[in-house]
Amino acid sequence: MLFRFLLPRIGFGLLVLFLLSIFVFVLFYVSPSDPARIIAGDKATEALMEQIRVKLGLDQPIYVQYLKFVGGLLQGDLGYSYRSNVPVADLIVARIPATLSLVFGGMVLWLAIGIPIGISSAKRPGSLRDRIGQSFAIIGISFPTFVLGMVALYTLYFLPTRFGVMLFPPSGYVPLTAGVGQWAWHLILPWTTLALVVAAVYARLTRGQMLEVLGQDYIRTARAKGLSERRVIYRHAFRSAMPPLVTQLGIDIGLLLGGVIVIEQVFGLLGLGSLAVTSVNNQDRPVVIAIVLLGGVFVVTVNIIIDTLYALMDSRVRTSGRA
Amino acid sequence: MPILEVQNLTVRIPTEDGTVHAVQDVSFSVEPGEFFGIVGESGSGKSVMVQSVMGLVPAAETSGRVLFDGVDLLALDDNGLRSIRGRAISMVFQDPLSSLHPQYTIGWQIVEQIQAHEKVSHADAKARAIEMLKKVKIPNAEKRFDSYPHQFSGGMRQRVMIAMALVLKPALVIADEPTTALDSTVQAQILDLLDEMRRELGTTILMISHDLGVLRRVADRVMVMYAGRRMETGAVEAVFAAPAHPYTAGLLRSSSFNREPGTRLIPIAGKPPSLLAPGPGCPFAARCPDVSAACSAPPPTRRYDDGVEAQCWLEEAPSELAEPASAISTAIDLDLGHAAAPAEVPIAEVSGLELSFAVGKRAEAHVLKGIDLTVRRGETLGLVGESGCGKTTLARVIAGLELPTGGTVTFDGRDVSSLSKREWRQLRTQVQLVFQDPFGSLNPRRRVGSIIGDPFRIHKVSSGQERLRSVQQLMELVGLNPEHYNRFPSQFSGGQRQRIGIARALALNPELIILDEPVSALDVSIQAQVLNLLDDLQKEFGLTYLFISHDLSVVRHVCDRIAVMDGGRIVELGDAQSIYERPQHEFTKVLLAAAAREVAPERGTVRSLVESIPAGERVAA
Repeated sequence: MLFRFLLPRIGFGLLVLFLLSIFVFVLFYVSPSDPARIIAGDKATEALMEQIRVKLGLDQPIYVQYLKFVGGLLQGDLGYSYRSNVPVADLIVARIPATLSLVFGGMVLWLAIGIPIGISSAKRPGSLRDRIGQSFAIIGISFPTFVLGMVALYTLYFLPTRFGVMLFPPSGYVPLTAGVGQWAWHLILPWTTLALVVAAVYARLTRGQMLEVLGQDYIRTARAKGLSERRVIYRHAFRSAMPPLVTQLGIDIGLLLGGVIVIEQVFGLLGLGSLAVTSVNNQDRPVVIAIVLLGGVFVVTVNIIIDTLYALMDSRVRTSGRA
Repeated sequence: MPILEVQNLTVRIPTEDGTVHAVQDVSFSVEPGEFFGIVGESGSGKSVMVQSVMGLVPAAETSGRVLFDGVDLLALDDNGLRSIRGRAISMVFQDPLSSLHPQYTIGWQIVEQIQAHEKVSHADAKARAIEMLKKVKIPNAEKRFDSYPHQFSGGMRQRVMIAMALVLKPALVIADEPTTALDSTVQAQILDLLDEMRRELGTTILMISHDLGVLRRVADRVMVMYAGRRMETGAVEAVFAAPAHPYTAGLLRSSSFNREPGTRLIPIAGKPPSLLAPGPGCPFAARCPDVSAACSAPPPTRRYDDGVEAQCWLEEAPSELAEPASAISTAIDLDLGHAAAPAEVPIAEVSGLELSFAVGKRAEAHVLKGIDLTVRRGETLGLVGESGCGKTTLARVIAGLELPTGGTVTFDGRDVSSLSKREWRQLRTQVQLVFQDPFGSLNPRRRVGSIIGDPFRIHKVSSGQERLRSVQQLMELVGLNPEHYNRFPSQFSGGQRQRIGIARALALNPELIILDEPVSALDVSIQAQVLNLLDDLQKEFGLTYLFISHDLSVVRHVCDRIAVMDGGRIVELGDAQSIYERPQHEFTKVLLAAAAREVAPERGTVRSLVESIPAGERVAA
C-alpha cells in the first residue's frame, strides 16, 4: 500500500531532478563566460587555456560532458571544484550542517510564533489581538530579510556590546559537536531573523485556514457535544486547518535547505547559501550544479514526505489514492 | 412538569446591517417523552432560537427564560452550559456529512462524546459506542467503528449522528432539520428511528423542520413560527386539520401534499418581512387575508378548548380562499406558443439509452442502463427517483448536453447525435433548463436584465432597445417588476430568482423546458407561487415540461405522467393517478410509503375560545 503510494512520487521526483540537471548544464554551456579564463586569470595565453579546457573536458561536446557528469554522479563522484581543486562532495558536506541547523531551528521558532498568533487571531476576528497579530504579519512580510537581520544585529549585538555586554555573538557557526549551548547561542540571532520573516506567512495562513474551519458544521457539532473550547480549537479545528500549513512547510523547508542566502551572508554562516554565491561568482560549474541538484533533492524529498503525511492525516486522500 | 419551558424568549443578533430580531417573545413548553415539532419557513428563527439557547451562536443576545429541568439555561455560564450540552441536551443537525468531523473515525467521535462528560476508560467507552451503533442499526458495528464519515451513505451517517447524540442518554434531543438532506425513503427510516429511540430510551425530542408533511408524520405537538414569532401551538391533528392561525392555514393551502392533484395551489401572497426593524403588530398582517385594523397592535394569545393556542386577533377560523386566477397578463405580445405543432409527434424520444463514465483507470460507472422514454407534446412528465438514480443525467442527455454511449435520442423527429453544429445550436433554443439552486445558478456579478437577455445575445436574436423590451416583457410575464432589470441577483429573494431562471428559459420560445428540482430550494409558500406560474405558462403557451423531483407530492400535483427511476433504469411509467393508486413496482411502493401521506383537511371543526391573554403578559405554563 505504502509502496504503491510512494513509487509514482519517487519516480516523478527523479524525473524532476533529471530535467533540472539538464537545464543547469545547458545554462552553463550557453553562458558567455569561459571557466578556463576564470581559472587561468586575465593574462593567460590561449595555449594554457586550451590545456585547462582539455583537462576539465570542456573541449568535448556537451552531451559527452553531461554523460560523464551523470556517470560520475551514479558512482557518488560529483567532480572537483574548478577553483580549489577540492572534491565538490567535500565542499558541500562541510556546508550542510550550518544550513540544516539554521533551517530546522528557524522552523521550530517560526511555527511556535506564527501558528499561535494565527489561532488567537482567528478566535476573535476583528479584535485588538487579531489586529496586533496581523500588523505583525504585515511587517514581517514587507521587511526585506537583510533589514531585519541588521536590526537584530544592531539591537541585540551592537547596542549591548557598547555597554560592555555581549548578549549574542555577531557571526560564525559553531558545530553541534562543540556543545549544544555554543551551537544554539551562535544561532539565536539568525534563527530569530529567519523566524520573523517566515512566521508572518504562517500567522496569516493559519488565521485564514482557522477562520474557514471554525465556520464548518462539524465545529458546531463539537461545541454541541459539550467539549471544552480548547479541545474544539485544537483537536477539531486546527486538525482540519493543518494540511495547507504542512504543504506550505514542505515548500519552505525545501527551498530554504537549498540555501538561506541572505541570512547566511548577514550572519557570516558558512552554509550552502554562501557557498552558492561564491561558486556562481567564480563560475565554479561543478559546485553550482551540485548545489542546485542538492536543492532539488531537498524540495523533492520534503514534498514526498509531506505527501505521505498528508495521506496519513486525511483518510480521504489515502482511500481515493489521490493527493 | 415540562422538561423544557421557554418563557418570553427573545434573540437579537447584531450584524453589519443592524440588529436582526431573530426571535421575539416566544413561549412554549415541551413535556417529557414528547415529540415536539417546530415548523417555519427559512428565516422564521427556528434554528437560531434553539442554537442560541444552547450557546452555539456566539453573537446572539438573549433575554427571557429557558427552563430545562428547572434550571435557566440563559443564566448559566459557559462551563455550566457546556456540562449540559451533549449530556443532558444533545443535538442532531441537518447535513450529517458536514456535521461529522471528516478526519476522525466515527468511533473516535462517539468515544469523545462519552469521555467529554464521563470518566471512563477507552475500552468501556468503545463498548458503549458499539452498543449504541447497533441500536441505531449500523450493520457490522464493530468493524464500522473505525470507518470515516465519508465511507457511509447519507442515511447511515445520520444514524451515526443520532447514535452520538443518544449515547449519553440525554433527556432531550434537539433535531434541527435531521432529514432535509436525505432521500425520501431514507428520510422515513430516520424519522422512524428517532421515534423508536424516543420510545426505547424515553428521550424527549424537539424537532425543527420546514416540512409540514414530515412533522405531521411524527410530532405529537407542533409550534408554527413566522418572522421570529410564535404563530400557533397545538396538537398536530388539531393544528393540521383546522388551523387557528391564518398563517398556518396559508401554509397548508400552499402545500401540494394537502391539495387535490391538478388543482391550483393557493400561495401566500407577498414575502416575509425584514427582521431588522419589526413593528409591534403581527408580522403576518401584510400577507394575511383576514387582516383587520387591530393587527397593528401586538396580538393576544387565544387559547381554545382543544389546547390550540394562536397568536392572533382573529377569534373564528381563518377564512378560506378561492383559487387564484392565472396571473399571466394577456397584454404581452411576445411571440411564444406552439399551438400549431401537431400533438401526435412526440417532442422527444429516447430508446435504448446507455451512458457510462470512466471512473479512474479501470472502473466504469454505468449511469443510464437502457432507457426508453417518450415525452409527449404539451404534457408534464415527472421524473422521480432518489439521488444518484440518473434522473438529472437523463435530462441532460435529452437536452443534448451529454452524449449517450449507446441508444438514440430523437428531438422533434431528428436524431440528436447526427445534428450538424448549426442544427445543434437550433436545438439549444428549443430545449431550455431551469435549475434547482436559484442562488448558485445565476452569476452574482451580472445584472438580471443581461442574464435574462443572454439567450438573445448568444443566439443573435435581437439587440439594443429591442432586446431590452423583450427582457422587460419576459420579466413581467413571470411576475417580476420590469423596472428591476438593472438589479443584481442578490437583490432578489429565492422565489424571485427562480422566476429569473424561468424568464431566461422562456426567452427563445422553447418547446421543452427541463425543470430540475425547480422548487426544492424554496419555502412552501413560495413553492406554490412558482408552481402556479409554471402551470399558467404551460396553459398559455403550450409548453412541454420534463419535471425532475424527489418530492412525490409536488410531482403528483403537477405531472400528467410519472416515470419512476431507480439505479439508472425507469422501473415504472404511467399516468400520475395510477402510479399513486396502483403502484406496480416494488421501488415505487417503497417510495410512496415514505412520502407524506395525504390527508384531506377536515373543514368546519368548531372549537371554542377558552381564554384570551393580552400580549406582554406571561403565558401561563
